Order: sequence, then C-alpha cells, then structure tokens
Amino acid sequence: MSDLRDLYQEVILDHNRSPRNFGPLEGADLKADGHNPLCGDKISIAVKVEDGVLTDVRFEGSGCAISKASASLMTEGVKGKSLDEVRAMFERFRQLVTDQDALVDPSLGKLAVFAGVRDYPARVKCAILAWHTLRAAVDDNHDIVSTE
Amino acid sequence: MTGVARTESEDSAHVLDETRIREQFPILTSMVGDRPLVYLDNAATTQKPRVVLDRLSRYYAAENANIHRGVYQLSQAATDAYEGARAKVARFLHASDPSEIVFTRNATEGINLVAQTFGRSTLGAGDEVVVSTMEHHSNIVPWQLLCEEKGATLKVVPISDRGELDLDGLDVLLGPRTKLVSIVHMSNSLGTVNPVREVVERAHARNVPVLVDGSQAAYHMKVDVRALGCDFYVVTGHKLYGPTGIGALYGRRTLLDAMPPYQGGGDMISSVTFDKTTYNEVPHKFEAGTPHIAGAIGLGAAVDFMTSIGFGPIVAHERRLLEYATNALTAVPGLRLIGTAPQKASILSFVLDGVHAHDIGTIVDTEGVAIRTGQHCTQPVMDRFGVPATARASLAMYNNADDIDRLVGALTKVREVFG
Repeated sequence: MSDLRDLYQEVILDHNRSPRNFGPLEGADLKADGHNPLCGDKISIAVKVEDGVLTDVRFEGSGCAISKASASLMTEGVKGKSLDEVRAMFERFRQLVTDQDALVDPSLGKLAVFAGVRDYPARVKCAILAWHTLRAAVDDNHDIVSTE
Repeated sequence: MTGVARTESEDSAHVLDETRIREQFPILTSMVGDRPLVYLDNAATTQKPRVVLDRLSRYYAAENANIHRGVYQLSQAATDAYEGARAKVARFLHASDPSEIVFTRNATEGINLVAQTFGRSTLGAGDEVVVSTMEHHSNIVPWQLLCEEKGATLKVVPISDRGELDLDGLDVLLGPRTKLVSIVHMSNSLGTVNPVREVVERAHARNVPVLVDGSQAAYHMKVDVRALGCDFYVVTGHKLYGPTGIGALYGRRTLLDAMPPYQGGGDMISSVTFDKTTYNEVPHKFEAGTPHIAGAIGLGAAVDFMTSIGFGPIVAHERRLLEYATNALTAVPGLRLIGTAPQKASILSFVLDGVHAHDIGTIVDTEGVAIRTGQHCTQPVMDRFGVPATARASLAMYNNADDIDRLVGALTKVREVFG
C-alpha cells in the first residue's frame, strides 16, 4: 500500500474544503448529471460553449474528497479548451488514474495530483465521475452518467 | 418481543471464550500490509470457521456426486448429506419440518422466489404490498417489479429519527387490498431489530401473510419462525458463517403447497410429457436443476457451529461489545451514529463531520481495519436521514474490544489527514 499522502495530497484536500467553480451556472448551454449509486456521490455539471470553446463550467453536488476535488480541479483545467481538447483530456485523465505504468502527461498540469488514485482501485470511480459527467455534457448526452 | 429479548435469558450464564472462538477462523490471523486484519464488515459477509472449510473440502474430496435418483452409494451419500443439511437449517430456524426449507442462492433469491410464485399468483391490479423504509434494496426491487407487472402498489411503513419501525404507520397502511407485508428482521444499515412478532400479529389480524428478511438477524440471535409466527423467512448462508451462493427460504407448508413452481427444470418435476408435466412435491418443486450441494452441506456445518456455541453466549458477547463500541465511537469528536433504536444489535453506522464515508473507509483500511462505506443497498434509509452515505462497522461473534480500539485509533488518523 502506498503512502496515504500520495492519495490525499494537500491540493486535493484544499479543493475538497474549498471547491472552485461550485454552484449553479446561469445560462448554461449544456448540462449533465452523474451518480455513483454505491457511494452516493452525485454531481451536476453545466457548461457554456462559444465557437466550440468551453468558456465557463461549474458543478454542484456532494461526494467524497476525491470526487469533489477532481470536479473542482477539472473545472479549472478545462476552461478555455475546445470540446475536442476536453475529450482528449478525458482520455489522458483516465489513463492517469487507471494505468499503473503510465507516465504522467505534463499537459495535465495540476491534475497530475490524482496519479495516486491508481493505487486505490476502489477509488478510481470517485476520481473519474466528474470527467464522465463533463464528457456527457459536451457530447450532449442526457442519460444520467454512472461509473459503477 | 424481539429475538434479542427472547434469547438473552436462555443461557447467558455461559460466557463466550473469545480466544477459542477466534482460533476457529483462519482468516483472522492474516495481515493487511504490516497490520493484523481487523474485520468489521460482517453485515456484508462473515468469515468462515475451519469446520465449514473442512466440511466443504471433505464433500468435494470424498462425497461428491449428484443428488437424488442416483442408485449408487456415493450419490445416496451426497443426497443424505444435502437433505441432512436441510434438516439442520429447519432445526436452526425452528421450522416444523425440513420440507418447509427451500434452498436458494441467497436471501435475495428467496424474496424473488416468493415474489414470483406467491406474489404473482396472489396480486392483482389495485392490490398492495407493504414494506418499510429500512429495507435492503433486495426487499424493495422484487416488489416494485411485481407491482409494476400487476398494476399493484408498494406501500412503505415510515421509521423514526432513531430508526425504529412506526407500528402505528403499519396499521394505517394495512388495508383490504394488502396482500403481503415484507419486512426486515434486523436492519443492515441501522442495526434496528424490528418487533416482528407484533408486525405479524397486526398483519395476521387482517389475514395478511408476512415475509421476514432474516439476512442480518439470523447470525446475531436465535430465530424461531414458529414463535415469530411469520409465513416466510429468508436467510443467506454467507452471513451465517457459511459459504456464498447458498441461502434458504422458510415457508409455511400450506403456502408452499399452494404456490406455483419458481423455475422449470430437472428435479422440480415428477413427470414430464409434451402434453402435461406434473411437479414434484415441496420443497423440491422450488429447486430446479442441480443445486449448490456443497454450499448446502457447508451451511449445515455452519449452523451446527453456531448451535454448538449457543446464541446465549453469542448475544451476550455481541451486546457487551456493541455497548463498548457505541461508547467508544460517540466519544470521537464530530462522529454521529445513524441508527440509535433501543432495540438494536451489532451494527454501528456513522458519519464524521466534514469527511465523506469513502474517505474514512480508505484511510482506516491503511490501518488494517475493514469497514463498509456507502449506502449499504439502503438508499431510502440514507435519504430518510439526509446523509449521502455512512461508514459502517458491523460485529460478529469473533470481534473483541481490541478491534474497536483499532477502529477508533484509525479514525484519529482520518482526522490527521483531514484536519
């Protein structure tokens, strides 16, 4: 078992305590809901898009420190990115938290703090819920996302 | 009258020998990393004593054959062992006769069996089934499916802020269209022990049969289906210190006789032609195909194991430990217990200020302490108490005060991480 501090890094604890871009988004263009029924994690993500670029994104919901911090850091990371870039980031993030052998992609920036999640397979779904939900929003998919 | 109250007076003079009990469970000496395992997830599944493991091994090594109809000695021996296990489960639940015990995969299948046979042949449009807020999803969804198919309605008995069943609420719901009450004996997320005897009396006064989900109760207290007066009672083997994949349904014989079959196949028939098939007698009518023979035999060994220790000592030990754990956990700053019914057993569900249950679970695991976190397949209970999830420590006969101290110690580590 790796050190607990690899999972609960200070950045993650900070974003858990004070999530950024948290709350409703007036005039959102796209929205999606995500749910982890076994944990009870719930998240709603709303985005504004202009000319194929994600100009604003906010989230609401409740969940564990990993899921909340992941959503918070994600909102910071994807603002100003094109929808295609967001889809590519989703894939890179998924690899980061699931692939034991993956090198950390420098383009992920602060999101690299979630690399510790790969040592805790039961917590991968917490880290990735926000991303699945954002992906559903940008793909305009209205089914409720579940990562169970 | 609850199971706890009934069993306490029986043989509480006998004290459970902690060391001797723990020695029977090989897994309790294992390590999680560099820490000895503390297993407090018994409500999910209990660990297995050596007698059960040995019995499974002996069956496969020396007695394995398919049961019923074999004319050779080995098949007869396997049949005797399988049917002998049925008799043991019947005695364990205090049923009148082994024919009232149907082997299933688990408690979930027991409930589905009743829903698909008794329920399907009894319910019509406008009829009602009554459950409670504290049911496991396995005692909700089978009835939702059935009600949807039949145009019937599911009614829900409320619970109090302490997690007690609202008996007056039950009375309000029991009506001329009620066809069944299906209620949990002991809640898996709150620990509440329901007054099943009273529920049965009130339902029977209106000729409504009662199914009891005994998944949790049956390893914490003596279950006497005749004293409870219930019509169906379901248990699952893996929570009774037995194997996974085996469970049992007790059904009152007159009801079982009248019920249509569950699944079709071999063993559940007495004659098959393309014109007409006649069904085997109870309980074989409900056991199509080759059953989990080893599982049933292992379950027989598990109930023998519990009986040999006796529910007097088990109840007394677990009650003392629950009290110890309740005091220890309520002393943890920011901790709140969910489920504080006066009649409860062996389950401590809790939330910690500012820390989600999943984070608690991960952190205490690094200290070797196994607890469950989440909704425990009881989403309506979480909604009732307005919490997204809880952490749950659940006790069994082999747990001791050291286990609780380790849990409390691990919770201080949670505080260290989260500040």
